Amino acid sequence: MMTVASVFGLCAAALIGLGLFGLITHPQPLRKILAFNVIGSGVFLLFGAIAYRGAGAGMAADPVPQALLITGIVVAFSATALAVAVLLRLHEETGSASLTAEAADKRSGGGQDA
Amino acid sequence: MIDPLNIGLVVLIVGLAVWIILARDAFSAVVAFIAYGLLLTLVWAQLQGIDVALTEAAIGGGLTGALLIGAASRLKRTENAVSAEQPGIALKWLAAGLSTAVTLVLAICVLALPDPAPSLADAVAANIGSTGVGNPITAVLLAFRAMDTLLEAVVLVFALIGVWSLTPDRFWAGRPGLKQSADPNGVLAYIARVLPPIGLVVGLYIFWVGADYPGGKFQGATILAAMWLLVIMAGLADAPAIDRGLLRFSLVLGPLAFIGIGVLGVAVAGDFLAYPVEYAKPLILVIEFALMPTLTLILGLLLLGAPQRAVES
Amino acid sequence: MTEPGTLSLVCAVLLPFLGVLAGLALGGRNVRAVALITILAGLAVVFSIALTFVQSAQPLTYLLGGWAPPLGIALRADGLSVTMMLAVAVVVAGIAAYAWRDFAPPAGDAGKRAPFMYWLLLLAVWGSLNLVFLSGDLFTLYVALELLTFAGVPLVCLDGRGETLRAALRYLLFALAGSLLYLLGAVLLYGAHGTLDIALLAGLVSPGPIAWTAAALMTVGLLAKTALFPLHIWLPPAHAGAPAAGSAVLSALVIKGSWFLVVRLWFDVMPGVITFSAAQLLAALGALAIVVGSVVALRQERLKLLVAYSTIAQIGYLFLMFPLAFDAGGTALVHGAALDAGVLQAVSHATAKAGMFMAAGLIYASLGHDRIADLAGIARAMPVTVLAFAVAGLALMGVVPSGAYLAKKLLLAAADGSGQWWWTLVLQGGAAFTAGYMVLVLANVLRRPAAPVVLLKRASRLSETAALALAACSLLLALAALGPVPGDLISNPLAPKELLSTLAVVICGGLLAFGMSRRSLLAERADGGFARRAMVAAGAAFERLDEFARRWTSASILLLALAGLFGWLMVQGAAG
Repeated sequence: MMTVASVFGLCAAALIGLGLFGLITHPQPLRKILAFNVIGSGVFLLFGAIAYRGAGAGMAADPVPQALLITGIVVAFSATALAVAVLLRLHEETGSASLTAEAADKRSGGGQDA
Repeated sequence: MIDPLNIGLVVLIVGLAVWIILARDAFSAVVAFIAYGLLLTLVWAQLQGIDVALTEAAIGGGLTGALLIGAASRLKRTENAVSAEQPGIALKWLAAGLSTAVTLVLAICVLALPDPAPSLADAVAANIGSTGVGNPITAVLLAFRAMDTLLEAVVLVFALIGVWSLTPDRFWAGRPGLKQSADPNGVLAYIARVLPPIGLVVGLYIFWVGADYPGGKFQGATILAAMWLLVIMAGLADAPAIDRGLLRFSLVLGPLAFIGIGVLGVAVAGDFLAYPVEYAKPLILVIEFALMPTLTLILGLLLLGAPQRAVES
Repeated sequence: MTEPGTLSLVCAVLLPFLGVLAGLALGGRNVRAVALITILAGLAVVFSIALTFVQSAQPLTYLLGGWAPPLGIALRADGLSVTMMLAVAVVVAGIAAYAWRDFAPPAGDAGKRAPFMYWLLLLAVWGSLNLVFLSGDLFTLYVALELLTFAGVPLVCLDGRGETLRAALRYLLFALAGSLLYLLGAVLLYGAHGTLDIALLAGLVSPGPIAWTAAALMTVGLLAKTALFPLHIWLPPAHAGAPAAGSAVLSALVIKGSWFLVVRLWFDVMPGVITFSAAQLLAALGALAIVVGSVVALRQERLKLLVAYSTIAQIGYLFLMFPLAFDAGGTALVHGAALDAGVLQAVSHATAKAGMFMAAGLIYASLGHDRIADLAGIARAMPVTVLAFAVAGLALMGVVPSGAYLAKKLLLAAADGSGQWWWTLVLQGGAAFTAGYMVLVLANVLRRPAAPVVLLKRASRLSETAALALAACSLLLALAALGPVPGDLISNPLAPKELLSTLAVVICGGLLAFGMSRRSLLAERADGGFARRAMVAAGAAFERLDEFARRWTSASILLLALAGLFGWLMVQGAAG
């Protein structure tokens, strides 16, 4: 039976699928970070739908998942911030924003790594 | 009969997600993402999660959006070079097929969720009295599952340490971001003078009221951080150098106070992070109060990024 | 019920975090001292937990805030957790000793960033790992996984070069994808059962679409973080590019966290949902990792990359125990000899790999390069370092009385008992592959140099001793494990049978090395005979397979495909 929670749960499933597609196919790291945020919001939406199903005892929704969602949103933001910082630093240092190593550093170089 | 508003929201959200993933240009994808975050806020309101809606609006849409827009504009020039590495059509179809399979499996799971739904709402209602707060989400965050909140503060500290570790050596202990200056008589400077006091009051109010009504420290801290960033962007104040003792001390104050109260709990109430019933609400307020500066600073500093200017001698 | 004396569980998690906060506040000059104090205090706490555990002979529980699950969070220490915590504490202490000189706070203003960050990150990794080992709640474990990732990624790009930044970004993105899959599974489990507590879930989870989906997604997400082939896209450049003290942390410690969660998930949360065929798939991936990792290691020209690929091979070993840990009826995983063997492998790998990376780092620092072809004469110039490397290699090969040897014996007994002869083959054959790249390195190291070796820098005594000590721990681990394990499993190392089998392993390894390594390393004078050409072709084919799996598109597609495969095997197993 289609309830409100089911509708948003199915929406969440769609978001996760879309985000996964973006994560796999986009070569630009920034688009991967965006895709990762879409997947994350899908997972959170699923959790929210589950919370809504757990209404009871005078509360409109199960408070435990909602509290965990707040933590989750903050953790996702920190992850995005760190990823963006690494990406921007990579861009400053090498001038490119690509994840694939150039042919040069796949060869075993002259022991430049520490 | 499902409320047409919900159907409309779902259609819009999935549509925006498609745009985010399939847009050619990173900048338009990020703009779509910000709109997406705002729509999600409405969804949370529909799902009776006002606290989550506030957090999503503030952090999920607002701060994340600002972060990504800054990144998108700095990376504009590299886009064409990297997009040459696109996978071929066959791989894209394979990826689409697998992603669709995941969506279908998850859809089956959603429809297979048990009815009646297992829930902890009853347990929370039964125990919330001894925590002294009225908002059940605050009770979960700061009493029942306080460890998760402590760890969340630690996560933010680790993320900041990670961002600072990326500083080029020549800029070590310097200031994040470039020196900003705006026309002192311009609109930005005007807004940066008028808005922060209002924002300060709103932020503190949202933090204060979170004990009994939707709100809380994260949402309040985000507003305070946004005001701080506005002031920096307008050039009215400068970003702090990262080795200032006061800055470092304020950063660790929140988690340390949290741990300290936890240890107090061992002595007085028998368990780490337990609160004696008479003092539960005051202790919770002290924790939140101590965490506010830490959260505000970390959220702002994460947005500012690693130092890009050396310390002036 | 919270028992008295279990407060140390909380201390084990919080002490390293307090160290990070104190170090951040007190600044660069004091951070190394803060780290020292924290490590000493942490060692004391972990030993006291071990003592309490042994005395009480049952798992320790601590209820945070006094709230019992499902409402609250519990910390739990069973034999598995305590063993891992002890091993990690010892390895952290060893790595700290090794890095003491390298990351000393500089006198002037220059070069202050790396030492400051290193000590903070080392403590951060330690605290996150203790949290992973002790937490009894799936969401807290998710936060712990994120903490571990945030602490590990900056270690990769600590030197700030473009290549390491790229490796760090790849690591971060793949690891974040893994955590999201894990979280998705946890969310589904809460939706079905209304709790995130491991002990409660164990009694509630039963085969069904939600359990299968959660198991498949969480497992694959954790495998991506553990870099099990073919999901190892991020590991070789990350571990080879980090500074040696950082590689030791990443290889020996960080990957153990997500591996531990796979064990917890399969053995404690969902033992009845995981089917025999799913376990076979997991171990098959492990066997593939051993073969591909070892062969590609043989084809390397640089020492740190060789050690990184050896890590990929050794990770495969960690997953061989799963199909051998089923109960008599083959229906559910049980805590038993096979699990003990798996833990032994994890501990021996952690110590040996740390020692190996430390030795490789000392060689690089002293020579200014790590080209294997130009390592001739190092054995005479840096005997202790080379000895550490050799001892670590012997320990990984499974020479008596190393931990790997005892683990292999236990697993062979389990394979015989359950009639799974194919794993017997893998276990016996795996040692030869490990011997292959060890022979390669040692042969080059022991060669007489054309000109006398010039050392740029003398390695510090403390660092060399730390490397050797950790390698020796791995080699002698079986003796330490003698208590709970029957002593007759360990034969005399000098008995003819053992010597012969060690010799056979080394010879097979030597043949592999001669056959497959690059021309400049061992086979300068080898003629282009058919055997040699065939082996080189095989080696090159493995290299291409590895390169294919390390492309983002292929790796992420494989991620989803494996999730589907695991799910399908679980559905099949339950229906059959």
